Amino acid sequence: MKKPVILEISQTLLLARLRQSLIAAAGVTFGIAMFITLVSFMTGLNKMLDSLILNRTPHVRLYNAINPSLDQPINRVGEFDNSLNIIRSIKPSDSRVEIYNTIPILKALQSDPRVIAVGPKVAAQVFYNVGVIDLNGTVNGIDVKTEIKSFSFNDYIIRGDAADLDRVTNSIILGKGVADKMMAEIGEVIQITSAKGEQVSLKVVGIFQLGLAAVDDVQSYASLSTTQKLLGKNDSYYTDIQVKLTDISLAPSVAKEFSKIYRVDAEDVQTANAQFESGTKVRNIITYAVSITLLIVAGFGIYNILNMMIYEKMDSIAILKATGFSGSDVKRIFINLSLIIGAIGGSVGLLLGFVFTSLIDQIPFKTAALPAISTYPINYNIIFYFIGITFAMATTYIAGYFPARKASRIDPVVIIRGK
Amino acid sequence: MNSNGNVIETRNINKYFHDPVKFHVLQKVSLAITYGEFVSVTGKSGCGKSTLLYILSTMDTDYDGELLIADQSMNKLDGEGLAKIRNEKIGFVFQFHYLLPEFTVLRNVMLPGLKLKKLSEEEVEHKAMAHLKTLGIDDQAMKRANLLSGGQKQRVAIARALINDPLIIMGDEPTGNLDSKNSNIVFDIFSEIASAKKQSLLIVTHDEDFARRTDRIVVMDDGKIIS
Repeated sequence: MKKPVILEISQTLLLARLRQSLIAAAGVTFGIAMFITLVSFMTGLNKMLDSLILNRTPHVRLYNAINPSLDQPINRVGEFDNSLNIIRSIKPSDSRVEIYNTIPILKALQSDPRVIAVGPKVAAQVFYNVGVIDLNGTVNGIDVKTEIKSFSFNDYIIRGDAADLDRVTNSIILGKGVADKMMAEIGEVIQITSAKGEQVSLKVVGIFQLGLAAVDDVQSYASLSTTQKLLGKNDSYYTDIQVKLTDISLAPSVAKEFSKIYRVDAEDVQTANAQFESGTKVRNIITYAVSITLLIVAGFGIYNILNMMIYEKMDSIAILKATGFSGSDVKRIFINLSLIIGAIGGSVGLLLGFVFTSLIDQIPFKTAALPAISTYPINYNIIFYFIGITFAMATTYIAGYFPARKASRIDPVVIIRGK
Repeated sequence: MNSNGNVIETRNINKYFHDPVKFHVLQKVSLAITYGEFVSVTGKSGCGKSTLLYILSTMDTDYDGELLIADQSMNKLDGEGLAKIRNEKIGFVFQFHYLLPEFTVLRNVMLPGLKLKKLSEEEVEHKAMAHLKTLGIDDQAMKRANLLSGGQKQRVAIARALINDPLIIMGDEPTGNLDSKNSNIVFDIFSEIASAKKQSLLIVTHDEDFARRTDRIVVMDDGKIIS
């Protein structure tokens, strides 16, 4: 069986006016290519901006805040239960910033299905000794493997190797600002003084840059054990537990839950970065608005061109009907025609969109904030390509369907007589 | 098939044009054509003869009255059914030939046959070539239809009308655009069809000479058949 006569007619009509068909297909191509390019680029930028904050921020952070205790001794004495107790000028006591029962908490968190990664942390206030001057700062003791795996630590190391923190005893990775001030290079040994007055020598194994001067000028990283030693504490001393969740939107509720269960303070990323949250929201709205606008504009273009094309073929429709082709045959012929244009134009559009995005991907884009990024970010998401081709097929189908349906319904004589 | 019956019959057909004013184009037209009959319809311009022809060919469904083709009523058929009748039982030749310019001559002739699907593509092609040969234009078969002269195009249109061996061939001034030499050729082809294959012919024409040579002349005036 050869190809059906309906399909043959569609093809012949298509090829007979090749230039017009190509223009129609080009309309589809252009719309789809622009859609792919812009959406890939915009979501790429959004993702980059998100990661700027999110990569190094835990979704939930467990810690002990230094607060004046709400539970004052007088409240525990039964005889004053019915009195109004007012205590002025309460100061925080020398409460521990250490989290209690860290080992069981870590274990429990790790077995929680909502949790991807758990990274314990020890923060220590220190002074960096530069000649006669002491710069104050913070050393973060981290679980190096978890930090690399789940918190993109490596992306921010501009020199050296993060894994060396585990391999070299008494080693440190300095923030870029700190390193510049101390004029410290990799392999050099620097002196720092702990808050308790002990002086320690640490070997520099790397430099990191987060892109926020406030962080890069004061912070540095060391392994957990090095930091614990620096503070003179044992190896179950942790000040923070960082938790990364499977779904970031769960963070606020999970934080509340953890806070209650483990009796610690818990802060979720949405609260910690409220201004960032609203920024992301606005950017997403812009992306959606732009892509929908693009699709609508492209859709109208496609509809117009195909509509015109079919109205130009009214004569042929009359002839086909006069010689015995039915209304549904005519409809199928023109829907085939539209779908061929949609499929070809749409696929070329996807390809062209991919080429455009690849080109943008080559444009250099250096930013101090993200050392890991050297070109403009592109989000190559297969979903966009799906949406693109589905939309191309759907609009061309609709654009072919309505005029074809109209043409299929009228008596051929109306077209012939109308001349 | 009842060869003594009428191939086409109308009973009291009325048709109105509504634009710009209501106008009674056809008034109670009743007409019957038997198998193998060669009939011409003449009349002044605007007397409704083309309108009648389009109704008879089922291309116009906006009328009242009864239309029977091969004793089958057309009034109850939907678009699909009418298309099938046009495909199988009627061959139509227009004044302006109406070929599909995008297709070759051969394809133009073959398309109604391919739609009917009674014969395989090879058989349809063979038959189309045979018709083109009879009409003396087989050498043009592979040309695009819009490259032919007027007379040639009209012959292609006739070949197309013949491809499914219809019961009746209708023509709306098929010689109206042709010189007398080509007109004669077309007439000869028509009378050959009528006598050899017993297919009926219903031709609307202005050409007195042409009409005089047919079996029967139907004269129309003001939407009525007067003789």
